[in-house]
Amino acid sequence: MRVLLVDDESDLASALAERLDMRGIEADWVDSGQEALERAATVHYDLAVLDLKMPKIGGLELKARMQARYPHMKFIFLTGYGSEKDFETVANDSGEQCYLVKPVEIEDLIRLMNILTQDAGGRP
Amino acid sequence: MTWLSHIKPDFWSVRPNSPGASRYMFNYRRIWKWSVLLTGIVSLIPLIFITLVDYKVTEQAFESEFRLRAARLVSNTRRVVGFFLTERRAALDFIARDNDPQALTDPARLAHILEGLQKSFGGGFMDLGVIGADGQQKTYVGPFSLQDKDYHEQAWFQMVVDRGVYVSDVFLGFRQVPHLIIAIRQNMANGSFQVLRASLGIGPFEDLLSNMELGGLGDAFMVNGRGVLQTNSRYFGRVLEPMSLPVPEYHPSTQVVDGLSSTGEKLQIGYCFIEDTPFILMIVKKNQDLMRAWHRTRLELILFLVFSVTLILGVILGTATYMVHNIHLADEKRLMSLHHLEYSNKLASIGRMAASVAHEINNPLAIINEKAGLIKDLFTIKQLYAGDAKLNSLVDSILASVKRAGKITKRLLTFARNLEATVEGVQLDELVREVFSFVDKEAQVRDIHIEVDVSPPGVAIRSDRGKLQQIFLNIVNNAFAAVEDGGHLRVKVRHEEGNDGVVLSFCDDGCGIPPEDVHRIFEPFFSTKTGKGGTGLGLSITYNLVHEIGGRIEVVSEVGKGTCFTIHLPNDIGHERMKA
Repeated sequence: MRVLLVDDESDLASALAERLDMRGIEADWVDSGQEALERAATVHYDLAVLDLKMPKIGGLELKARMQARYPHMKFIFLTGYGSEKDFETVANDSGEQCYLVKPVEIEDLIRLMNILTQDAGGRP
Repeated sequence: MTWLSHIKPDFWSVRPNSPGASRYMFNYRRIWKWSVLLTGIVSLIPLIFITLVDYKVTEQAFESEFRLRAARLVSNTRRVVGFFLTERRAALDFIARDNDPQALTDPARLAHILEGLQKSFGGGFMDLGVIGADGQQKTYVGPFSLQDKDYHEQAWFQMVVDRGVYVSDVFLGFRQVPHLIIAIRQNMANGSFQVLRASLGIGPFEDLLSNMELGGLGDAFMVNGRGVLQTNSRYFGRVLEPMSLPVPEYHPSTQVVDGLSSTGEKLQIGYCFIEDTPFILMIVKKNQDLMRAWHRTRLELILFLVFSVTLILGVILGTATYMVHNIHLADEKRLMSLHHLEYSNKLASIGRMAASVAHEINNPLAIINEKAGLIKDLFTIKQLYAGDAKLNSLVDSILASVKRAGKITKRLLTFARNLEATVEGVQLDELVREVFSFVDKEAQVRDIHIEVDVSPPGVAIRSDRGKLQQIFLNIVNNAFAAVEDGGHLRVKVRHEEGNDGVVLSFCDDGCGIPPEDVHRIFEPFFSTKTGKGGTGLGLSITYNLVHEIGGRIEVVSEVGKGTCFTIHLPNDIGHERMKA
């Protein structure tokens, strides 16, 4: 499984990527939506972990654009903001409850990643 | 004054200088006083004025009616008395004309005439006598022995000689019996004359006067011009005694005047002078007796006035109180909605701020979490510094603190999220515990024991989570304010028996609420924490919130023992209610 982490807080993204690496998950990180699109064009990712609120290209927009190009990709959102509206939007859009509120437990994140990717594998 | 406190309307306690009075739009006491005063003036003054006028007019009508009646009575009696005397004088005149002077000196003839007179005229004629020009009684017939009596020195004899006719006043005379005489001069052919004289007893007068309808306590009698009583009087003396009233002034017609008795009683005196006689007819009545009918009417008038004034005042007081009470209620409702709005706005602001603070903190917290997590990973996965127990414990401590801070920010986010009105399934035990998480630090510090007993566990309803959270938080805050340190708060959640709902009870062992305040605690602005920061709105807002989600709230309290709030909630409030 190869994962792309996108968060404007590069300290967070870099640390998280390193921790995932340590657990055998290949993780790259970028700190903007633009960079993420560029990186995804060159590398094949199974899953992207997106910060919901980022400057210029927000999490939801980024997901839409990436999903259009790479339909196989799964997405997990991270948010420090827990308004009902955000959750509803995410839930309606993806049809799944694939979001986590910061600060996240790494075990929770990995569990969710596994669920999503196993689901994808199970589909025809 | 407890009865007064029962009827005293709520607005009465709102004084201009009482705390919080400036919140109200009006000075209710002043409105009440002015409306009572003005309505009282415009309704009572005309009533009192009309009643006074009526009083005066009726009194005058009574007085003039009595005067008129007295005057009529005096005039009628005068006519009767006058006619009585005139008739007898005319009879004597006829006898003098019809009989030869010589024949009249015959005792037998005179006796025959007297008998005729007594038979024809009934009572009155006592005797008859013929007196010569020298004043010597020539012939006498009657019960007294007056034969040969000499009258030439008597004043009345001179009067007859001069005037031809004379009616005397009442006197005793030779016979020592009260009587009056009628005398007529009979001229003779030789130029001399003799006098025909008849005496009349006073009995017929007294019969006449006593037969008059004087009504109870009146007095009718006759006096002469010198004030000597000519008949017996009931109150003013016996016959021939001087009357104890002043002699009235001469007037040709009947008069009615006011007078005073010797004892100072007010009298109404009707009198008239009977023409060609020395008699004055007097009818005297006591004002007090006369006015008895007026006094009854006066009492009725006064009672009417008192009754009307009481009724009008009652209606005015009732209407003014009702009106001002309703204005006060409307004003309170207005204030209540303003405050409710303010409270909601404030709560919404707090929610927004909480969410924003949580977000701002969550990001750096997430970085700390990941960095510390990375260090921990380096220790445990990469086995770097694995043997350094101190570093390990430091990282664990950082991670534990991050976890703790994360819980706080998540709770803040949940609180903010709950403020948005949505109907959802709410697990009551979870929500109650969530609410207690806001106050558990205070509970720890103050050693307040909290028991939550939910049966069956996991009982859930469909309701507005945010409103429920506010309701529980308000009641818990209230309980915390009431209990001493080391106190207890017990929360029970149960299915309502026989009903489609749940019952929650929050019981504390705090100071309790006095019985006189219990029914007022849900009123807006009612606070026992006045001056201690209480707005008096917490429970009133709670009450409204409970109603908004279709429930009801009850309170039972005992001073010194504690307070129990019981909330009944429906299982499902439905979407219709939320839209409303």
